[in-house]
Parts: sequence; C-alpha cells; structure tokens
Amino acid sequence: MSHLLREHAPISETAWRLVDDEARSRLTPALAARKLVDFAGPHGWEYSATNLGRAQRLADAPCDGVWGAQRRLLALTELRVPFSVGLDELHDVERGARDIDLGSLDQAARRLATAENSIVFHGWESVSIVGIVQAAKHDPIILGEDCERYPRHVAKAVELLLGAGIDGPYGLALGPETYTRVLETSERGGYPLLDHLHNIVAGPLVWAPGIQGAVVVSMRGGDFLFDSGEDISIGYDHADAQSVKLYLSESFSFRVVTPEAAVALGEAT
Amino acid sequence: MGFDQYHEPAHELPEETRTFARLCASLTEEAEAIGWYQQRLAVEPDREARAIMRDAQGEEFKHFCMDLEFLLRRTPLWREIAEGILFGEGDIVEQGEEAEEAAVDGAAARGAPVTGSTSLGIGNLSARSTT
Repeated sequence: MSHLLREHAPISETAWRLVDDEARSRLTPALAARKLVDFAGPHGWEYSATNLGRAQRLADAPCDGVWGAQRRLLALTELRVPFSVGLDELHDVERGARDIDLGSLDQAARRLATAENSIVFHGWESVSIVGIVQAAKHDPIILGEDCERYPRHVAKAVELLLGAGIDGPYGLALGPETYTRVLETSERGGYPLLDHLHNIVAGPLVWAPGIQGAVVVSMRGGDFLFDSGEDISIGYDHADAQSVKLYLSESFSFRVVTPEAAVALGEAT
Repeated sequence: MGFDQYHEPAHELPEETRTFARLCASLTEEAEAIGWYQQRLAVEPDREARAIMRDAQGEEFKHFCMDLEFLLRRTPLWREIAEGILFGEGDIVEQGEEAEEAAVDGAAARGAPVTGSTSLGIGNLSARSTT
C-alpha cells in the first residue's frame, strides 16, 4: 500500500480521476522551474538524498594511521499542501456532475507550484538549497518600470552569459507582475514585447509565480539540477462529516552546478 | 532466491514499481503453469490424475485473473486498452489496434501518470529530459 493512502479515501475512481485531472491542469502552467532546469527522476518516496559526489575529510580518526571522510549528500525536501473536497460535491460526481467545486485544490496547486519555483530560483536556507538567483555569479540587472527597455536588459543578460562561455538556448522566467507588464506591452509598430524577448533568448518565456523580477538561464543542460524523489502526488489524510481532507505532496532537491549560467533581472524599483 | 523480475537496481525503484514488477512476474508464472497443465492434460491417460490436474489448472486460471486485475487497477492505460479487447467478439487484432490508439492518444492528451506510479505524472516539463 502506498503511503498516500488513496485507497482509504471515500472517493470513487471517477472522482479520483476528476481530482487528479484538475490538479494536473492547475499545476502544469505554474510549474515554471521544471520548464527551464534539468529534471531527474522521479526516484520514489523512499529516495532520501542526492549524491553530491564529494566527501568531507574528518578532523579526528578512530585510531592512529587512519583518516576518514564523510560523503556529502543533499537531503530531499518534502513539500505538503493540504486541501479539502466536500463530500456532497463528491457524491454529485457519481450523479454525473462535472462542475464540482475544487477551489481548495486549485489554491493548493498554486501554493505548491509557487513554493517549488521559489525554492529553485530563490533557495531555502533551512533545507540547504541555494537558488539560481542567489548562486548567480553575474551582477543582477535592474529591470525598471520602462518595459520598452526590457529587450535591452535581456539582451545584456544574454551577452553576459555568452561572455562567460555559456551557450544557449536561454530561457526567461518572469514573475507574475513582470509577465503581465510584458504581456500588456507592444513596442513601436505594435510588435508584441513578448515576441521580441522570445527572439532574443531563443528559448521559452515562462510565467513563474514565486519569482521576484525575472531570470535568464541557459538551457544547454547540466547547469541546474532538479532531483525528484516522489513527483507531485495527491494523498489522503482523513475525512469528517462534511469533507475529505487531502494533500498535495512531493519530495525533491535542487542544486546549481554552474553559477555563471544565470543572470537575475531585479524587480522594478 | 532470485530477483529476476527487476531489470533495474531494486534499490533505485519506487516501492509501487517493485510491487508492480512482482505482480508482473507472478502473472507470467501463472500463465506458464496454465500452459504446463494444458500439456500434461493432453498426454495423461489416467482419468483420476487428469481430474486433479484440471482442478489445479483452475486454480492457476484464478491466480492469473487476480494478478491481471490488480495490474489493470493500478494502470489505467492498460485497463483502458484491455477493456477494448477482452470479452468482445470479432477481430482481436483489429480491436487491439483500435483500443491501443484510442487509449494512448487519450492518455497522452491527459498527461496520465506513468505505469505503476500513484503520482500525477507531471515530471519534466522542459523539452529536454535527463533521465
């Protein structure tokens, strides 16, 4: 039996399919980091740490003439976001309803995607993950509020990467506010700014909740490693008279291999 | 005891994939046993012995079906294809081709979970995959 205990939930196969489909459709547009970095796995729930391929020599020894070293690992981080689905709504699924209220799931999906993006790009000190923005070797470029200058800033970021010997294609992750500004802007002649930026980076532009400002990253591969233990899953917690308590969960680690392969574009000041 | 049902290092496999592989191995063993009893029944002249073998083969039919049902419940895509082929009439190959095409296309459109996994099957969303 899986630790997710899905078999114990008072949810029919039809309703499970509806819940899973809804989660998948809400998560996929928001999981920006997965669209830009290398993804390994999923290795399963029991997978606990990423091998960093390094060892730390120890100062003391068990006896004379012997030295020891301890392997270095990056422990996986577990994320969990609870949500609930009303029992009445689940019963209506069996009656053929397809417009059931999954608002709580939608919020949970947004939270999990935001958290994953935030950890990948801005890190999480408590779990020893250094994000792309923190690790980036290049000085950040300030975007400012004048959207017409964005192509110049993004081109400058690409130039910095090329100058450091980092090949493309490049991807551009945009925080929600920056993304909206870009989307709303047309340059002289009506040419959409989004298309212009896309032509500069030669890779995807992604909407990235959880990111402040924007980040240009190389997508040549091998620079940013997302190591998935258990991929995003829905588990069962408990049920009461009104609703079924479920949760979204995943486990992963993330590490930056090449700090020169990204340039942060700071938020508008 | 061997662990031949694993083609990848067992410690790298998720728990649900190991369970899935064990049941696949069990399904194979039950099918083999059914074939063996079929051959023994074909050549055994003793009526009493044949009755025992027929009873034993019935057990293997049951085991095979239970294994299959477990695997189908855990693998929606497999189940969908099986539903298009099993217990029907007409051209088996034709039904198989149609069931596969409909189920695989539908699963791809839905982004269905990978075999033997209880995750949502989202995984890698970039154009490039490392594993």
